[in-house]
Amino acid sequence: MTEAPVGVENPARDEGPARDEGPEPVFSPLNAVHLAAGASFTDFAGWQMPVRYTSDLAEHRAVRTAAGIFDLSHMAEISVAGPDAAAFLDFALAGLLSATAVGQAKYSLLLDHDGGIIDDVVAYRTGETEFLVVANAGNHAVAVGALLKRAAGFDVLVSDVSDQLALIAVQGPAAREIVKATAGIEFDADTVDDHPLDSLKYYWCRPARYANKPLLVARTGYTGEDGFELYVDVASAEALWNAVVEAGVPLGLVPAGLAARDTLRLEAGMPLYGHELGRATRPAQAGLGRVVNFAKEDFVGRAALEAISESADQGAGEMDPARVLVGLRGAGKRAARADYELFETTESTTPIGVITSGVLSPTLGFPVAMAYLDPQFSAQGTELSVDVRGTRLPLTVTALPFYRRKRD
Amino acid sequence: MTDYSDLKFTAEHEWVRLDAAADGVSTRATIGITAYAAEKLGDVVYVDLPDEGSAIADGAVVGEIESTKSVGELFAPLTGVVLEKNSAVEESPELVNSDPFGEGWLIRVEFTELPELLSYADYQALTGDDGASA
Repeated sequence: MTEAPVGVENPARDEGPARDEGPEPVFSPLNAVHLAAGASFTDFAGWQMPVRYTSDLAEHRAVRTAAGIFDLSHMAEISVAGPDAAAFLDFALAGLLSATAVGQAKYSLLLDHDGGIIDDVVAYRTGETEFLVVANAGNHAVAVGALLKRAAGFDVLVSDVSDQLALIAVQGPAAREIVKATAGIEFDADTVDDHPLDSLKYYWCRPARYANKPLLVARTGYTGEDGFELYVDVASAEALWNAVVEAGVPLGLVPAGLAARDTLRLEAGMPLYGHELGRATRPAQAGLGRVVNFAKEDFVGRAALEAISESADQGAGEMDPARVLVGLRGAGKRAARADYELFETTESTTPIGVITSGVLSPTLGFPVAMAYLDPQFSAQGTELSVDVRGTRLPLTVTALPFYRRKRD
Repeated sequence: MTDYSDLKFTAEHEWVRLDAAADGVSTRATIGITAYAAEKLGDVVYVDLPDEGSAIADGAVVGEIESTKSVGELFAPLTGVVLEKNSAVEESPELVNSDPFGEGWLIRVEFTELPELLSYADYQALTGDDGASA
């Protein structure tokens, strides 16, 4: 038997430099916890991170039905502080960060001058003049480098604080109860009746403390479930992890690895850098046109995107065959995987698209995939054919996300 | 720990168990993948096995084992004809994870040629751990 890994976050797929130039792996501040929990590890951007603890599927299902706890300490955290912080991020990122309120989070893109996607990030506005920008581990150096370079001329301090912060995600329908029940998490007492987490909205964050160290509690995540991401001092990470586990296990919480994280995000239709996103991808192609704010003043990538948009409007056809990101569903149990080619029919031999991520959906029971596809075939319900290692299988274009949680 | 010294192994993580024969010369074998391989694959969600009557040749790809994150190819560890495939595994691929040396067996083969295979000790040395433990 030989094995060809697919699907799990793999920054090596993209041209962006990974952090793994050196032979020495980087270990999470939670490494001892993972070892004790019997994790299997995978290399991710030079980090040794848990791929699973017991079973990918059990971990996936726990997140859909109860909760999972993930170590995401490999993510890159970048502090942006100073009088010009908001104006700087309006220039450096694709969104209008100055319009976010203190305590609000925003999904955004770090674009190249040609409009390609250098990384996708979440920016938390933690103060009037302070933001925390979270980038992908595989793009750590390039994201920090781009922000530092773009900071020239702004009164702002860009600092890579990744080594200071661990990131623990608690995701699933029981996540809120678990975080509320976690011993040692203290919020500023500004509410009398309600628990602060009850009023924390989706894509907002608030400062807290754990063991007298600053803790940022954010209602964000990457699984399609309600959940929280806890940014904590590395020295407190192990104690916090254990406290969450102690509070969560009675509510069904299990530790969950990167394999479950990948199947969860794929069901939720969330793009992954190196798969759906990359330097050659423009935001609109990836379905992220709404993330780019043309109403604001100049930002990196603007001119290139406007040029593309104008040529498309005029039907100039100068763009590369502008493939668009679509969702696909299959039948049976056999998944179409990343890099498999799509065809109009079983007989046709000219590819019209390529799979970027695919898996047998653990929640839905049928194969799902995301793909870049020639727009003329991208209407929902269009039936296509995919080459699965020499066998053609049918796929149908379908709306994203594949899975949407029931909201209360 | 269970003793797997009655099994033979390949470097591609298949195991081979020779059937007991009355005359002591067995020409039948059961084949599966090792616990080490199942563990590395993750949760197996799809198994494609050769049908009864298929001729298989040593070293050829004869099946596929897919997990949530990987696609594994099943190589024939010997040359012969498939007597039976484990339909239970096609129905319930998780058997490969839960009982790789037992209910998670893959195919039974009548073989014409038995190549030199690894002993359990050799296989353990290859995987660098007690790779056969479930």
